[in-house]
Formats: sequence, structure tokens, C-alpha cells
Amino acid sequence: MSITSLSQPATGPRSALPVSLQGVGRTFATPTGPRTVLADVDLDLRAGEIVALIGPSGCGKSTLLRQVSRLDTPDRGAILVDGTAAGGVDHRCAVAFQEPRLLPWRTLRQNVALGLPHGTPRAAGAARVDELLDLVGLEQSAGLRPRQVSGGMAQRTSLARALARNPGVLLLDEPFGALDALTRLKMQDLLLEVHAAEPTTVLLVTHDVEEALYLADRVVLLGAPQHGAARSVRRVVTVPGARPRDRASAALAELRADLLEGLGVHTHHIPSPSADDRTVDGAVPLATRSIPDSENPS
Amino acid sequence: METILGSTGTGPVVDRDGQPLRALNQLDAGAPHGDEPAGADAGTGGAGRTGWADRRAVRVLGGALLPVVLVAAWHWVTATGIVPPFRLAGPTAVLAAAVDMAERGELYQHVAISVQRVLAGFAVGALLGLVTGAVVGLSRVADILFAPTLGAIRAVPSLAWVPLLILWMQIGEDSKVTLIAIGSFFPVYTTVAGALRHVDHNLVEVGRAYGLRGPSLFTTVQLPAVLPTVVSGLRLAMAQAWLFLVAAELIASSMGLGFVLTDSQNNGRIDRMLLAIVLLAVIGKVTDSLIGLGEKRLLTRWA
Repeated sequence: MSITSLSQPATGPRSALPVSLQGVGRTFATPTGPRTVLADVDLDLRAGEIVALIGPSGCGKSTLLRQVSRLDTPDRGAILVDGTAAGGVDHRCAVAFQEPRLLPWRTLRQNVALGLPHGTPRAAGAARVDELLDLVGLEQSAGLRPRQVSGGMAQRTSLARALARNPGVLLLDEPFGALDALTRLKMQDLLLEVHAAEPTTVLLVTHDVEEALYLADRVVLLGAPQHGAARSVRRVVTVPGARPRDRASAALAELRADLLEGLGVHTHHIPSPSADDRTVDGAVPLATRSIPDSENPS
Repeated sequence: METILGSTGTGPVVDRDGQPLRALNQLDAGAPHGDEPAGADAGTGGAGRTGWADRRAVRVLGGALLPVVLVAAWHWVTATGIVPPFRLAGPTAVLAAAVDMAERGELYQHVAISVQRVLAGFAVGALLGLVTGAVVGLSRVADILFAPTLGAIRAVPSLAWVPLLILWMQIGEDSKVTLIAIGSFFPVYTTVAGALRHVDHNLVEVGRAYGLRGPSLFTTVQLPAVLPTVVSGLRLAMAQAWLFLVAAELIASSMGLGFVLTDSQNNGRIDRMLLAIVLLAVIGKVTDSLIGLGEKRLLTRWA
């Protein structure tokens, strides 16, 4: 799954676009009266940035993503992609869902082709689809149907389909949530490779704090200020360090514990002034203990 | 090397020429480049349970077994006189009746007119059913306006239409074809409307997310999603068409297999009655198999 030299996209120029959410709110009518899911969400995404959206279950993460893609329309506020609001479903955005949602009667190649922008010339479209299948490592399986492939391969197809759109903004709704743990780690690295090869603004909904810290430039914590209130942005955390990051980094572990506490999870984490020589109860993380021994034989 | 076709644990499943059967080797096809464990949903085609039962010769011989036994038993009870001839004519008598009618040129005429009525009525009814089903299945407004009325009309038993149709259209081809069209309309309408209403909402949303709307959404997502259901609706409609044909011909006709039945009842020609029933079974099964063949080809392409 290596990145081959990617030519300039066959289907027109593409660049990452900034997104601005201003006072976005969404209320749904329910049998028990109106229910406000989101209120006063203000958020700015810089072009080419990866932003992870985390929050407790049912806090409106996916709803917010659907507002940005315009699959759903906010009641209040404005969503500007590159300074302008879209009337209908925003063609500058592409969505990949938690389930691959592939059309079962189409081959993987035909499923990826569904993402091509409307009016793409046939030859250019085919070349672009081949390029993307190569990028996600599916060139050998392009002729298979969704039910013939594993969950990871289906999810890679879904990612390639979203990229076929040449999106200025890539919206990922818990894209790796349904995958097994090992495949999830591989898909995270694939996403970073793809982002390096084809820079685009990424808004990623996840329930996995570690995933958020591994992938994102900034992590946005969505939640209600008090129980029952409408959800809004509660915290924005800038993640330190350039990607690819050390999954076992001590600094990220601190941040992880911090965010989990923010999500209402008790982490039993014992903060320490220096993460490098932690000796509390001998609970030294394996990574920090073994690396100095092997690298500095004194 | 002797390998039982389709047995598990003997490498790729091959057909009689030694070519790997693609459908049975999906797991192998996915394995070399799957850098993650093959998912639980890969290769659920039931490989291993297929094999000898899929061979054409086995299917044809197995399917013919029961009819052969039945004809043999039929011959035995009539030839030995266990059942008197005025209650049940033997197979040879039925065959003789067929030859007799064929020599007079009547047999072909009766079969042809019946087939023609069924095909004409089926074509009209199925087409109207497809269009109406699509409109009611896709449009909430049409669903609210038309679905209850159509449901009430469907509840009217087929024979109830006959006096009215004869009054309006007289006894002729029109009234019979109309009755058959009514019969084939409802299975198609019901299955198409129901299937379109229940197309996976997630897939429709994917279509919308990728800029599909209206007709392009219909042809790209909704129509392919319901196509297998539409074909089973057509199969049901074909069975209904034969049902309504006989109803129409029994009541008022001068030709056709239904007429052969009533005419022979009046003349006491039990051999001809049995002939008509055998012909209805055979022709009905042939038309059903033709649609089934199309369904099979469609499903291998589709899912």
C-alpha cells in the first residue's frame, strides 16, 4: 500500500478549502416536542487541516457533520465553505460513512466511480479511479463485489469513492469505527498517507480519543455544558507534534487522559511532572522503559 | 486425481473442465492482497454446500422423477381398473385425445389463443403495475392519494369483475385481456411499490451525498436495488395471468384451454379435460421458467 508517484488529478484542479461554522444550530421535531441537538456551534477549519470531532455518544457529532455536507440543513447559523454557503448538497464536500455503504450490485471500481464529479470525461474518470484504487491498495480487487471483500477493503473503497469527488473538504463519520482494532490502526496510517498525497481539509468524527490524537491537528470536544442542554463546542485542543506521531507518546497520554476526563470517563490516570522517569508504584510504561536501554548502551 | 466437485478442503473448487469456479472461490480471490483478516462477511456464498446438487443433469433428472412416478401410478390405477374410466382417463387416452385434436388442428388453435391472451394481458398489466408501483413507491404524495384506493380495488375477487367487463366490453378478446391485465397488475404494483419504499435509506443517502437527484438517483440507486424484487413480482404476475385466463375462458369463450375444459365437461370428455390441465401445467411452468431464467441471470450480475 505504498504511495506511488501521483500525477496531477485527471479531473481538474483541487485544493483544500477552509470551512467556517458560525452559530450553527439544529432542532429536530420529536413526538415529545422540539429537541435542540446543536446550538451556537462556532468553528473554523483552516484549509488542509485535520480536525477531529469527539464527544459522548449521541452528542450530535454526526449531526454536525451532516450539516457541513448539507445532507441536512441547519435551522440557525451559517456554514461557509471557502467563504460561500451551498444551496443543496455541497459538491465541494465528500462524505465517508461509518458503514462503507457500497452499492452491492457494483464492483469496487464502479463504486469508486460513483464519486467522480458529474460530467467527468469517461477516459479521465477511469484513469482517476485507477489512480485512487492504487492509492488505497485495491488495484488487485477492483473487479470484486462488496460482499466478496473484507470490512477493511470495503472501507478503503468508501474512502477512495470520497476522494474521487476531488473534495475540498473530506467529511469522515466514524470511518473506522466498525473495523477490528488492527485494521483500524492500518486505516489510520492509510488516511495520513492519503492526506499527504492529496491534501484536503478533513473533518473526522470519532469516538476514539486515541485516534483523534494520532490523526488530528486539532481535537474539538463537543458536549453539553450541563445535562440536557443543547450541545456546542466545549473545548478545542491543539495536538502537539508533527505527524506521524508516536502512538505511545507520553505527552499524548496526558492529553488523552485529559480529554477522556472531559468526556466523563474516569481514567485512573496519575499525572506526573515528568513523563520520562515515572516511578509511581513501578508503573513505568513499557515504551519509555525499553527504548533508552536499547538505544544508549552505556 | 479424483476430487469430489465442490468438496471443501481440496483447494480451489473446479468445474468438470478443471477451471476454477469463480463464484465458489471468492475467499481465495480476496486473500492474496487482503492485508487484514478476511472479514466475516467475505465469501458467505455457502461454498461447500453446493456441488453435486448444482449440476444441471442432476437437477433435470431429479425434477423429472416425480412426474414420471405420477404418470406411472396414473397409468397403473387406470389400466388395472381400480378407478373406472368415466372417472379418470388413462395417460394413453389423454395422449390419444391430444393426437386427435392436433390432427384436426384444434389443439394448436386453443393453445395459441390462450397464450396470446395471457401474454397480451400480462404485458399491459405488468407495465401499468411497474409505472404505478414506481410512482406510489417513490412519491409520498402519490402514496397518500392512491395507495388506499388501489388496495381496495385489489381486494375485489377476480371473478367479481367478469359480469361488469362483459357488460362494458361484450364477450370478446378485450374483456378477457382486461381481466388478465387486472390480475397481473396487482402483484407487480404491490412488490414494486413496497420494494421502492424500503430501499436501504443509507444507500439513497450515499446517492444524494454524491450529487444524484431525481431520475439519476432512481436509475443509479433505487432501480438496481429493487430489480430482483421486480422480477419476483413479474413471476407472481405471470401465475396470476394464467389464473385469470382460465377464469375468463371458463365463463364466456369459444376457444382456448378454459373453453376446452367447460366444453369437455358438457360432453363428458374426461380425457380432454385432463389434457387441458396437463397443458396448463406445462405451459404455465414454461413461462414461469423463462422469467426465472432472466431472474437468475440478473441476480448473478446484480448481487
